[in-house]
Amino acid sequence: MATSSYRDITLNGLWKNNPALVQLLGLCPLLAVTGTTVNAMGLGLATTLVLLGSNVSVSLIRNFVPDTVRLPAFVMIIASLVTCAELLMQAYTYELYEILGIFIPLIVTNCAILGRADAFASKNSILPSALDGFMMGLGFTIVLIILGTLRELIGQGVLFSGMDLLFGESAKSWQINVFSDYPDFLFAILPPGAFVGMGLLIALKNIIDDKLKAREEKNSAEVVTGSKRVRTTGTIA
Amino acid sequence: MGLMTITSPHAHGPRKTANLMRVVVIATLPGLFALTWFFGWGNLINVIWCSTVALLAESAILLIRKRPVSFYLGDYSALVTGVLLGLALPPLAPWWVSVVAVGFAIIVAKHLYGGMGYNPFNPAMVGFALVLISFPVAMTTSWAAPTHLLDNPMSFLDTLSTIFGFSTQSIDAFTMATPLDVYKHEISHSVAEDVVKNPVFGQFIAHGWEWVNIAFLAGGLFLMKKGVFTWHTPISMLFALALMSLIFGWDADQTTPPLLHLFAGATMLGAFFIATDPVTSAVSPQGKLIYGAGIGILTYVIRTYGSYPDAIAFSVLLMNFAAPLIDVYTQPRTYGYAKAKRGTKEAE
Repeated sequence: MATSSYRDITLNGLWKNNPALVQLLGLCPLLAVTGTTVNAMGLGLATTLVLLGSNVSVSLIRNFVPDTVRLPAFVMIIASLVTCAELLMQAYTYELYEILGIFIPLIVTNCAILGRADAFASKNSILPSALDGFMMGLGFTIVLIILGTLRELIGQGVLFSGMDLLFGESAKSWQINVFSDYPDFLFAILPPGAFVGMGLLIALKNIIDDKLKAREEKNSAEVVTGSKRVRTTGTIA
Repeated sequence: MGLMTITSPHAHGPRKTANLMRVVVIATLPGLFALTWFFGWGNLINVIWCSTVALLAESAILLIRKRPVSFYLGDYSALVTGVLLGLALPPLAPWWVSVVAVGFAIIVAKHLYGGMGYNPFNPAMVGFALVLISFPVAMTTSWAAPTHLLDNPMSFLDTLSTIFGFSTQSIDAFTMATPLDVYKHEISHSVAEDVVKNPVFGQFIAHGWEWVNIAFLAGGLFLMKKGVFTWHTPISMLFALALMSLIFGWDADQTTPPLLHLFAGATMLGAFFIATDPVTSAVSPQGKLIYGAGIGILTYVIRTYGSYPDAIAFSVLLMNFAAPLIDVYTQPRTYGYAKAKRGTKEAE
């Protein structure tokens, strides 16, 4: 991992090693606040900021902290950054801060952040660590937003409601009522809906991965031409 | 060598899934007839609609899973799921409630878990619980009033247009809370004598519901005689429910009395047609006794202390969770061993 290229880091964060879909880390906020797009976006942004900050700081101090006390040190850094994020949200998006409630301070316990700090930032220099933190955060945020949008659409039949909580007054008109006269589908709004939705998203990712793998194998299988013997069993490798 | 010794078992008449499922569908007919007689055409339309959706959903998911469609449709298991949901849903439930319930039952509860024989939860009850949680309004206000209590009962076409949303008239005049619901809410500020004056209770136990339950009981006994299931699960469930309501509900001025527990709501349908699902219940006779008793106890507890008037779906699902554990602890003694292997202990 020490010398992974920037391209690999990006790909890992967004797809191959996505914190939500593959590592299954940070599921508590993921399942709890994805009732609407705007909640998901708010929490995703806060998490990304914290991830970016913690990866950079951990990478900076990586040579000065003894191995035995590294975890408490990392947690302290993360907790301070989460407090910053919390205060920022309190200052600029107070209503959203109220809605997300306990789940903002709980970002401290998000294993994705500590996991990246320990597995990546403590072993890499500052630039790759920053990119890794940003990409992991982005991957997490994208999954949050997809799940939030799906649950909002299925649960209430609307899209992008309450975006003004994050983007100011002008975003009030962004709401799209997809179905008129829609009976609220409570299951999607309640936590079990998040579990089922998450399961389906993971399944979808695995299907896409399988398809990609099959295509790659098909393309890489070279046919040997000009050989004299013809094999009738097995495949030509 | 003209002699051939055939060893036991000398079974004849293959018990195929399709035969069993067909018998189950036939055994629900008395109950369906009673429901239609007392509560109008709603349940009949629901049964037909749910079965159609079930067969379509099953075909679609089989095609996606690349399984032989006609083979799996031929085992009638999707049909049974559809019929049971049609019987369990409120008679005047809108068409989309049925579609969501059946679709979720077949696609998620059955096929995402691997299809027939692999589902840990009873598909019909998963679908029912889903719509019960998701659409509380539609699921509580769509219970048809007994037709004998109405001056102008709904005609077949009226019912059809109500279910499929073409009718603009309000259905409030044709619906009524279920007896279990009424008793539970009225008894908190009244005495039994006054509560049962409500026409929903009729002359005996609960207007219409007692006959519906007797009809399902008859169908269930027929299935038991046919050997589709053993007596353990249903009898244990009914016994546990009766015992619980005798011990805790003996005072009719405080809580719902035992007879109402047994003969109102979905009790008999649940005991004989839902709890006995061979895939999701415990296996050994002893296990079935525990499994059935669990459903009975949970049904009483949720009906009495929960916020839902009926509880068969939740109880069955909760005991579905427990069934594998019950199986581990009730494994019968294997021939040749002194003691049965129970739990994690090794057999001796």
